[in-house]
Amino acid sequence: MIVAERKSIPEMVDILQSYKKILVLGCGTCVTVCLAGGEREVSIISSALRIAVRMKGLELKIDELTIERQCDNIFIEQAAEAIHNADAVLSLGCGAGVQAIAERYPDKPVYAGLNTKFLGILEERGVWTEKCSACGSCVLNEYGGICPVTRCAKRMLNGPCGGSREDRCEARPDLPCAWQLIFKRLKDIGQLDRLEKITMPKDWSSSLSGGSRKIIREDHRI
Amino acid sequence: MTENGFEPIIVAFCCHYCAYSAADLAGSMRLQYPPNIRIIRTPCTGRLEVEYFMRAFENGADGVIVAGCEEGSCHFKEGNYNAKRRVNYARQLLSESGLEIERLRMANVSAANGRGFTEIIKDIVETVRKLGPSPLHHEKKQIKQEILP
Repeated sequence: MIVAERKSIPEMVDILQSYKKILVLGCGTCVTVCLAGGEREVSIISSALRIAVRMKGLELKIDELTIERQCDNIFIEQAAEAIHNADAVLSLGCGAGVQAIAERYPDKPVYAGLNTKFLGILEERGVWTEKCSACGSCVLNEYGGICPVTRCAKRMLNGPCGGSREDRCEARPDLPCAWQLIFKRLKDIGQLDRLEKITMPKDWSSSLSGGSRKIIREDHRI
Repeated sequence: MTENGFEPIIVAFCCHYCAYSAADLAGSMRLQYPPNIRIIRTPCTGRLEVEYFMRAFENGADGVIVAGCEEGSCHFKEGNYNAKRRVNYARQLLSESGLEIERLRMANVSAANGRGFTEIIKDIVETVRKLGPSPLHHEKKQIKQEILP
């Protein structure tokens, strides 16, 4: 799931204060689950914005809408009327959602209300952790299902680095050492011999360093 | 009535199992407390969401108090802890929006503590009276008559 976090209210007011009518547009998928941009957050953030603009003596009408998915044209259509009626859109979707809306409505200013953080999971109530960097060529099979690219601060493919203390990362003591986790996991599933193999440097061209990525499935194209 | 005629309106979200009963008890004991509060009974303070507090301010409240059970004695085990966290988050949002956070607070009071309830109400009314009217509403409609069911 994509995990995001809201921007501060003063930051949003700064962006929006020149408009008369805006639409706060939520997304019902990932950002709803990470409590950043779903229907409830749209309501709370709109309310806080209304209070903030009134405190500044500004006139700003704020409409609220949440669609199922901002990164899908079929769902974006459902917001067409509301977007048309607004001077600008404050999207509470992830970065993909904001760009999808902006591409679909070229003459409408679209702003991001969230900071998109990472691909992660819900660790416990109110805690999300990063698990995947979307590097484009997955190495999880080699490391017992624990990603050294994301979870090792040094991104080491032939770890451990030797700097960890107990089972904690040298760079960030609040993080568990990914290589400690990999070792334990491979031991538990009887695949410790995988660590005897030296892994060659990773081809990062499939990652972001090769520019933004695209997938084409000819069998699904019309 | 104060010199400038400002009487704050305080919305009090009261838990059915404690603060609401305490308010009832205060009434039975004939204890006096300021009539500035508008009590809303809730099944548990854990039922309250952040937007309830925000909307109360948007719609003209000068202050909001959330009164739940004593910590550790919630009827639903942890509802008042949830409420406490939500009140704290709402306070953060209010602070970001420029409104004084003292206008919103959480209190804990047991059903047997009628006197404690009146003290809590007196305290929030005094705090908000000192802060002055909510800057969100310059003009308020005066309620001329109570609407009876």
